[in-house]
Amino acid sequence: MSCAQTFHDYALRSIGLGERLLPRTDFTLCDQFVLIGSGMLWNLYFGIAALAMGFFLATAVALGRSSQSWPVRKASEWFIFLFRGSPLFIQFFLAYQAFVLLPRVGVDIPLGVATISVQTSWLTKAWLGAVIVLFLNTAAYSGEIFYGALRAVPRGELEAADAYGLAGWQKFRRITWPTLLRLAWPAYTNEAIFLFHATALVFFTGFPAWRQEGDALYYANYFADKTFNPFIPYPIFAFYFILLTLTVITVFGRINRRLNRHLAPSERSRLKIRLPLVR
Amino acid sequence: MFASCADPGSLDGAMWLACYLTSGKHMAFYASFGTVLVLLLVTAPVALACGFAGAVAARSDILPLRWFGRAYIAMVRGIPDIAFFLFVPIALDQGIEWLRHQVKCPDWDLPVRQGSDFVVCPAAKMPLSSAPQWVHEGYGFALAVLAFAVVFGAFAANVLFGAMRAVPRAQIETGEAYGMSGRQVFWRILVPQMWVFALPGLSNLWQILIKATPLLFLLGVEDIVYWARELGGSKTSAFSYPHPDWRLYYFLALLVFYLLLTHVSEMVFSRLTRRLSHGQATLAGDALRKAQA
Repeated sequence: MSCAQTFHDYALRSIGLGERLLPRTDFTLCDQFVLIGSGMLWNLYFGIAALAMGFFLATAVALGRSSQSWPVRKASEWFIFLFRGSPLFIQFFLAYQAFVLLPRVGVDIPLGVATISVQTSWLTKAWLGAVIVLFLNTAAYSGEIFYGALRAVPRGELEAADAYGLAGWQKFRRITWPTLLRLAWPAYTNEAIFLFHATALVFFTGFPAWRQEGDALYYANYFADKTFNPFIPYPIFAFYFILLTLTVITVFGRINRRLNRHLAPSERSRLKIRLPLVR
Repeated sequence: MFASCADPGSLDGAMWLACYLTSGKHMAFYASFGTVLVLLLVTAPVALACGFAGAVAARSDILPLRWFGRAYIAMVRGIPDIAFFLFVPIALDQGIEWLRHQVKCPDWDLPVRQGSDFVVCPAAKMPLSSAPQWVHEGYGFALAVLAFAVVFGAFAANVLFGAMRAVPRAQIETGEAYGMSGRQVFWRILVPQMWVFALPGLSNLWQILIKATPLLFLLGVEDIVYWARELGGSKTSAFSYPHPDWRLYYFLALLVFYLLLTHVSEMVFSRLTRRLSHGQATLAGDALRKAQA
């Protein structure tokens, strides 16, 4: 079987398109590259979905932590403590068990023209359940980062905003938030990298890979089990993840440049990828 | 445990629960918390040693060694740690068996890799197939410790490398001015002073190490996650203590255990930071000095 044929059969295998059976014998290098790469779609999906939603909750959590109101502050602190103080691995297991115990019902949500019925059983599937866990987890970690940045916003900028007559939402949107993001961005980049790394955990916890549709590590592990040779699939997996990490650094670096564009070059904060923020 | 637990079927309420929680399997579950703590206590020094070696290698004057050190530090940034936990034990296992195979069976002419099999001569098996069960378990645990040490060594190397660079240059130069050799400067000036710079990173690392311990489960060690799944799963009336699916509660207990563990270590580390800051030429050290005056 040629490599082009393999690509055609397995490039989208992880999302259920193409050949149904996984290769069972005579694994070629091409098989492994294509299938592990196909699994990367899941890692990308988990990472991007969790980051995109987590960003907003993180901002809310950071604001909550610096809130004047005692219940809001305590709730935010406990949220951060809960998700940062425990292993993501346990969070996955716990969430999966909790989702399984939910009553199996469908909830109809009218959306004007159409109605979608939401099944609670979707929560036990990785595409929704795991994303929720990752979303809450990254919100807690980034919330802590944003909180640190929020406290570091220069007082002069806030006073200048007051002097201009900005207040409330406008002051936050135009002054506090951009500066907060600028200060938090290097650490947030780090968080994003390690969130993508954390996506590799999903199919090794409670969440089952439905019809053998798993992420990159799931397929790497599949090949390592079948061929009993770890020296090929895991380096391929590592190769993909290094590529992913470099992409994240590039994209976040661009955003960082944009956030810093009004500053003199000497004052710009440079992205320094530091360790470790692993959960 | 208790004499009255002999017939679980006749018990109910609190007595049933007391008997249930002290059954033999639960004792194994409680002991597995010890396994986790042992792993932490064994891994931390080994990882620190790996990290120290990595940091020294990354600072070395010998180019290949420096490259090796830098690559070791860089690898954990790009690759998820779980991949190492899956890769290192099996790779080490095969590496050890292959080496033993070369030494013990030089006249074995079949290839080691036959299609999807990895075949070494029986004498090279590690541990030997005749070995008792505890040797197999101990070997598995040792491989797990090594996997942890390799990964966390890379993290620690990164922290120590940064800490070594953070020691003020003037301190090193003073040592050199006194006529110390490079080795003396390293051991008498650099190493004693780097710890306070390394401490925030190392405390973070310890937290990460704690949070990575459930991954032992993936390595096939019978740890707390294994027992929580085993004991929590629903038990039919064929078992002495039938109950529905209780895994949720078991995992909640694990969650509380980890929250306590990370919280306590956070407090210990903040005390330690205070202790180490005494008499240091840093901001924290200055603050302590002023507070005493």
